Amino acid sequence: MGTLGLGHYLLLSAVLFGIGVIGVLVRRNVIMVLMCLELIFNAANINLVAVARFRPDLAGQIFTIFTITVAAAEAAIGLGLVIAMFRNAQTVNVDDVHLLEG
Amino acid sequence: MESIAFYIIASIVIVSALLMVTSRQLVHSIVYMVVSFIGVGALFILLQAEFVAAVQILVYAGGIVVLFLFVVMLVNLNEVNEGEYLHRQWLPAGAMLLVLVAEIGYLLWGGAGALAVAPEQAETVLRAVEQGNTETIGMSLYTDFLLPFEIASMLLLVAMIGAIYLAQKRV
Repeated sequence: MGTLGLGHYLLLSAVLFGIGVIGVLVRRNVIMVLMCLELIFNAANINLVAVARFRPDLAGQIFTIFTITVAAAEAAIGLGLVIAMFRNAQTVNVDDVHLLEG
Repeated sequence: MESIAFYIIASIVIVSALLMVTSRQLVHSIVYMVVSFIGVGALFILLQAEFVAAVQILVYAGGIVVLFLFVVMLVNLNEVNEGEYLHRQWLPAGAMLLVLVAEIGYLLWGGAGALAVAPEQAETVLRAVEQGNTETIGMSLYTDFLLPFEIASMLLLVAMIGAIYLAQKRV
């Protein structure tokens, strides 16, 4: 096992980030895409808090609070957009929204 | 002890995140997302960031998940569940992701010497001797970070107005 270092947390955060990115790229449902974005936010938060623990500097934790604030705002706006999209296009699939396609 | 807790929590977080991305039902995905968020909150406790862990549980596992559940109930699920749930281009996306993860792994591997930090001195900064983590964060938030704090409140106000405007029913 060994002692726990910063690298462990950074590696976990990288894996979580990768899962989030693959979700954003692969899923067709726009609600799912937003959820995977939240996963990516979480990976960034783990990085910030881990660096704040090991550096040590409290600013990382405060930045995390701001990140969570921005994530909440993003979720509210994104889900409002989803509702508007569903009302106008009657779908939540990202592939089916191609109004600008020639 | 700490490393055992870390490995357990990390495996819970990663497995639930994988299940969330791969599960076909949207509501199942949301449940797995809650598990993953709570696991991340436990990691924050492990990193001695108690206040951030509380905010994580309250905002993510509380607020955002309820928001997602409301939207899932608002859109018609029966129509949504039909057909392919994966994008057609999932294979190139996976290849790109492998490249990305390899790159991150190489960076972490190469910088392992720089990343190895002794955590002994951590206690003094993160938690002042007679104060807790929450008091220290609150003190710092209202003195050093006062302007970002106010800007964040403005951002939340704008987001609230925007969400109400976007989601309202046109008459």
